[in-house]
Amino acid sequence: MTLRQPSILAVMSIPPATNQAQGPAIHVQGLEKSYKELRVLRGVDFDVARGSIFALLGSNGAGKTTVVKILSTLLKADAGTASVNGFDVATQPADVRESISLTGQFAAVDEILSGRENLVLVARLRHLKNPGTIADDLLERFSLTEAGARKVSTYSGGMRRRLDIAMSLIGNPPVIFLDEPTTGLDPQARIEVWQAVKELAEGGTTVLLTTQYLDEAEQLADRIAILHEGRIIVNGTLAKLKQLLPPAKVEYVEKQPTLEDVFLTLVGAGGKDGDADKGSHDHKTTSNKK
Amino acid sequence: MATHFLGDTAVLLGRSLRHITRSVDTIITTTITPIAMMLLFVYVLGGAIDTGSVSYVNYLLPGILLITIASGIAYTALRLFLDMKGGIFERFQSMPIARSSVLWAHVLTSLVANAISLVVVVLVALLMGFRSGAGVLAWLAVAGILILFTLALTWIAVIPGLTAKSVDGAGGFAYPLIFLPFISSAFVPTDTMPGPVRAFADNQPVTSIVNAVRALFAQQPVGTDIWTALAWCVGILIVAYIFANNAYRRRIS
Repeated sequence: MTLRQPSILAVMSIPPATNQAQGPAIHVQGLEKSYKELRVLRGVDFDVARGSIFALLGSNGAGKTTVVKILSTLLKADAGTASVNGFDVATQPADVRESISLTGQFAAVDEILSGRENLVLVARLRHLKNPGTIADDLLERFSLTEAGARKVSTYSGGMRRRLDIAMSLIGNPPVIFLDEPTTGLDPQARIEVWQAVKELAEGGTTVLLTTQYLDEAEQLADRIAILHEGRIIVNGTLAKLKQLLPPAKVEYVEKQPTLEDVFLTLVGAGGKDGDADKGSHDHKTTSNKK
Repeated sequence: MATHFLGDTAVLLGRSLRHITRSVDTIITTTITPIAMMLLFVYVLGGAIDTGSVSYVNYLLPGILLITIASGIAYTALRLFLDMKGGIFERFQSMPIARSSVLWAHVLTSLVANAISLVVVVLVALLMGFRSGAGVLAWLAVAGILILFTLALTWIAVIPGLTAKSVDGAGGFAYPLIFLPFISSAFVPTDTMPGPVRAFADNQPVTSIVNAVRALFAQQPVGTDIWTALAWCVGILIVAYIFANNAYRRRIS
């Protein structure tokens, strides 16, 4: 499947247009936000290095989405500062918006338009030349070429999410926010999204990812921060986080395949193209196993 | 960012116009109620209504046109609400576009959709015997008043579109607006109404708009009605625009 073909990636990963050099890609200090009485964020601090994947981990309602909304200029913080790509979110929101892309919790796609029209729409709104070419390239890269002319309302959840992420890549913004990108996806679609995220970071894009799945953070992130009760309680690499607990004991356990292993083996993880598209006409011939 | 306003609005307008061309049912449901009412009143009730020398369909059409607009703008609230709910609104807001474009695109889409609905209703009225000797200028004046009225009601519709908690809430506000023409000169002359009702009917916006449009169609002097009508439309437009933009600002900050 095209997502896994490095050659195409190399062509696509043009360096970010608006580079503000130096400093962390995201800098957050003392961020506070309340909804009426409810204090969602009580002083959040973290930095995200350029080109890295940073996972913000937390249970439902921990405030992950609130952080993302503040960073993407959709919400104003009550206190604290935040900057993205060197621009302050409160005082330079227009510059921040030039530097970012947001993939929210719910796939932000237009159901009535086709996949291609969605991509063209975003390319036009980003004032890019050749929106049609950009759209076709992304359809190809996300294995949506054949579904490109269909209305998005006929897409499966995984295809919709892929389109959503593809829309976020238009214009090569240096920072991408992914708010729970795999919630509600089947295991196979989830792996496809992970692959796309990894390739993004390899291309130099900074990714801030929120998730409630621990394995997702483990799979993807260079650094992981746990947001709990409005504060970051730990922040570090996976290895560092593991050191917080007593060293591993050696035990001998018979390893049974998990249901996920069984599922992925049976349906041919990564080999099958497209998505579990329930028998519609989304067959493709490019099935290279990794 | 202001430099992108026109371009961004045009792109987003193209998007929501596609919504209309791909769901023609919204045009049909917009026009079906006014057309049904027109049939009912002209062929069932109209015979018993005394409108003097004017044929009843000629008398009725201006009010029916306003009802068409009132039911059409409910879709603006609905489309806006669905954008907000679906996440695409947040995507637009996090992109480097002129932020007011998002609202203006919906408002202009409403103008186009309502214009199509109005043409359909007028064509049906012509089939039912509506005739007007009005010249080009009078038709332009009618179009101008209807455009202003549509703009005013559309900006009202933007408010529930931005603030509603449910789909029903987003669409439900239109019912009182559809009902308003009944207590006006739209269906019957106001002379037979009892005092307080008549006072309300004579002084609410629909009556002056209906009277002005009717006079223009009948090639009669429009008198002061047209100024009252314009004042109402512009007044409602300004107030609704301010409230809608306040709601929008609260929504995006």
